[in-house]
Amino acid sequence: MTRWCSACAPDSLFNERPRDKRDRRNEPPPLEFHDLTVAYHKRPVLWGIDLEIPKGQLVGIIGPNGAGKSTLIKAAMGLLPLNSGWVKVFGEPIKKNLKRVGYVPQRESVDWDFPVSVMDVVLMGRYGHLGLMRRPKKHDRDIARDCLEKVKMLPYANRQISNLSGGQQQRVFLARALAQESDIYFMDEPFAGVDAATESAIVAILHELKERGKTLLVVHHDLPTAKEYFDSLLLLNMRVVAFGPTEEVFKYDLLQSTYGGRLTILSEVAEAVREKS
Amino acid sequence: MRHLPAIVLLALLASVMPAWADRIGDISETSVLEQAKRFFSFRDPSVRYAIIGSILLGISCGLMGGFIVVRKMALFGDTLSHAVLPGVALGFLWNMDKDPVAIFIGATLAGLLGGAMVALIRQTTRLKEDTALGIVLASFFAVGICLLTRIQKMPGNKGGLDEFLFGSAASIGRADIILMAVVTGLALLLVGLFYKELLVTSFDAAFARAAGFPVNVINYALTLLLAFSVVVALRAVGVVLVSAMLITPAATAYLLTDRMHRLLGLAALFGVMAGAVGAFISFLTTNIPTGPLMVMAATMVFVLAFFFGPRHGVLMRWWRQKSRSARVKRENTLKAVYHVLEAREFEGEGVSLRELAERRRETLDEARAQSGALCQHHFATLHDDGDAIHLTPDGWQRACEIVRNHRLWELYLTNEAHIAPDHVHEDAEIIEHVLGEETVRELERALNHATRDPHGRSIPGIADLATGSAPFGPPEPVTGYTPRP
Repeated sequence: MTRWCSACAPDSLFNERPRDKRDRRNEPPPLEFHDLTVAYHKRPVLWGIDLEIPKGQLVGIIGPNGAGKSTLIKAAMGLLPLNSGWVKVFGEPIKKNLKRVGYVPQRESVDWDFPVSVMDVVLMGRYGHLGLMRRPKKHDRDIARDCLEKVKMLPYANRQISNLSGGQQQRVFLARALAQESDIYFMDEPFAGVDAATESAIVAILHELKERGKTLLVVHHDLPTAKEYFDSLLLLNMRVVAFGPTEEVFKYDLLQSTYGGRLTILSEVAEAVREKS
Repeated sequence: MRHLPAIVLLALLASVMPAWADRIGDISETSVLEQAKRFFSFRDPSVRYAIIGSILLGISCGLMGGFIVVRKMALFGDTLSHAVLPGVALGFLWNMDKDPVAIFIGATLAGLLGGAMVALIRQTTRLKEDTALGIVLASFFAVGICLLTRIQKMPGNKGGLDEFLFGSAASIGRADIILMAVVTGLALLLVGLFYKELLVTSFDAAFARAAGFPVNVINYALTLLLAFSVVVALRAVGVVLVSAMLITPAATAYLLTDRMHRLLGLAALFGVMAGAVGAFISFLTTNIPTGPLMVMAATMVFVLAFFFGPRHGVLMRWWRQKSRSARVKRENTLKAVYHVLEAREFEGEGVSLRELAERRRETLDEARAQSGALCQHHFATLHDDGDAIHLTPDGWQRACEIVRNHRLWELYLTNEAHIAPDHVHEDAEIIEHVLGEETVRELERALNHATRDPHGRSIPGIADLATGSAPFGPPEPVTGYTPRP
C-alpha cells in the first residue's frame, strides 16, 4: 500500500471523500465571517468582523496583545459562543464541516507531563475521522507516521511528550494537525518559543500546504518576520483594520492604527517598513 | 483487553490465598491466625463480600482516579466524595433502613449537586476553583454530619451509620455487592469503549472540541461515573477517606508509567491491592475501621513507588545523578592529564600525581583518589609505586574526546554565537560531558574542521583519538577529514 497524507498526496485525499467529488471550483470560500461579535464578560473582544478568506491563502493574523487574534480563530472553529453574526466554513456552519478543519492550539494550553507518547498525540489528529468508539487502525498509524516524518519527529514517536523541547512539542502539534488532513488550518502562535530550525521547518510546511490548495490562518506575534512568512495579512485590533496581500497591507499607517500608540512596537514597525522599501 | 494483566493477577491471588491459609494453620494457632484462616477460607459470606467488594471498589476507584489525577481534578474528587454525605443521610431517612439503592441514589444526587455548586460558584463569581471546592466540601460535609447525628439519636434506628464515615468492609452485604459490580462493570465498559474520547478530552479539550467531540457530554459522563465510584466505595472506605482511594493508587501508577492505558491498569491493580489488604487487616482487628487501613495500604504502595520506581523513583534518580557526577569528575581528571601532557608537549607518557594535583589545584590525596577512580574504570594504570599514572588507550581516547568537545564548543560559541572568547569556558565545561558523537560531527562540519580553538590551542581530531596513546613530541593537528576548500 502506498502511504499518503494530506501534505504529500492531496489528490488521493480528495478522491477519498464523496463530498469532494463535486466541482471544487464553484465551492464557497473556505471561511466567511459576517458581522461577528464575541464578548467575554460583556466586554467585546471582536466587533463586527466581516471577512471572506479565499481558498489557498496563507494568512498571518497580527495585532497587539488582547486584539482578539486567538479569539477570532476559536470563534471560527465554534469553540466560543458568538454574540452576533455567523461564521461559515465552505458555505456551511462549522458543525457540518468539522472534518475539514485542522487546529494547532497554543503549546502552553496542554499539560506536557500527560502520560501519552508522541505517536499517541499525533494519532489524536485521526480521531475526528474515526467516529465514536472506533480505535485507530493501521491506516491511521501509517498516516500519523508520515506526518511525524514530515516534521522530522519520527525518531521520537515512542517518547513521552514531556521529554521534548519546545520546538519539538510544536512540531508534534503540527504533525497532529497534518494528520487531520483538513482543508483549512487554524494555528495559534506556532512560532512562539521555538528554535530557529523549527521555525524555518514550520514555515516550509506552511508554504507547502498552501501550494496544495489548503487555506491557513496563523496567529503571529512577531512583526518583522510576518512580512516574510505570509503572503496575506489580517491586521486585527478588535475590528479588522486591514486584510489583503502583505505588500499592500504592511504599511506604516495601517500598522500604526492596528497597534495604536505603542511606541516600542511602532519603532519596530518603522524599521521593518524601512527595510522593505 | 488492556486490563487483562490485572485480571490475571487477581485470579492468581485468589487461587493462592487458601494455600497460604493452610500454611498459617500449620505454624501455630493464635486467635489472629485463626481469624486469618477464616478470612482466607472464604467460607464466611461476610468475608467473601468484603473481599469481592474491595476488589470491585479498587477497580472502579483506580480507573476513575486515573482520569482525575491526569486532569488535575484530585481536589474535585475530594469535594465530590465529601458532598455525598447529606445524600447518605437522606437516603437512610427514606425508609429508615440502610437500603443500598436508596442510599446510592441519595448519595449520587448529593455528590452531583455538590459538583454543580462548584461550577456555579466558579462561573458566577470571581472566586477560583479551589475556593469554590473548599466551600462546597465543608458545607455539604457539615450538613451531612448534622443529619447523621440526628439519625443516630432517633428511636427505631438500627444504628451504625458512622460506618459511612470511616468505612467497614464487614458491613458489605449482598445487595451492596450487586450494586458495586454493576457500577464497576459500567466503568470498565465505558472506559473501554470511549477510551479514545476520554483520552483526547483529558489531554487537550480545545482540540477535542474543534475536532467535533462532545466534550461537555464526556465531562458530565465522567463526573457521573466518578460519583458512582465514590458512592459504591462509601460502605467500605467511608466518606472521609474515599478520595484517597481515588487519588493514591492513580498517583502511584503515574509514578511508574508514561502511558495512559498502563496508568489506568496499574491504578486499578493498586486499588485492588489496597482494598484487599485493608479489608483483610480490618477483619483481623475488630476495632479499626476499614477506610483508614485501605488508605494506609495504598499509601504504602505509593511510598514504595516513590522511592524505588525505576524511572521516576527518588532512589533511582539519586543513583543516576550520583553516577553522572562521578563520570563528570573522572572525565575532568582525564582532561587534566591531557593538559599536563600538552603543557610539556607530550614528552613522556607518565603523569605524576604531583603534576596532576598542581594542575587541578587540589591536594595529593584528592589526586590519588581520582587516579584510583580512573584505574577502576580501566582508563589508566598506576606506576612508580602509585605515584604516577599512564593513560590506557581507552583513557587516552576519552581524554582526547573531552578536550575536543570542550574546544570545539568554545570555537562554536565564539564563531557562530559571537560570544567573547573569555566567556565561553564555563559553558564548554558543562557541555563537553554531554556532546554526542553525532553532534560533534555536525560541529566539526559547521566549523569547517578547524584545528585551533579560540585560544590558539590545537583541537584533537580523529587521528589523535585512534593512536591509543599520547604522541611523542608536538602533535600534528589532524582531524580525520580533509578540510573543505
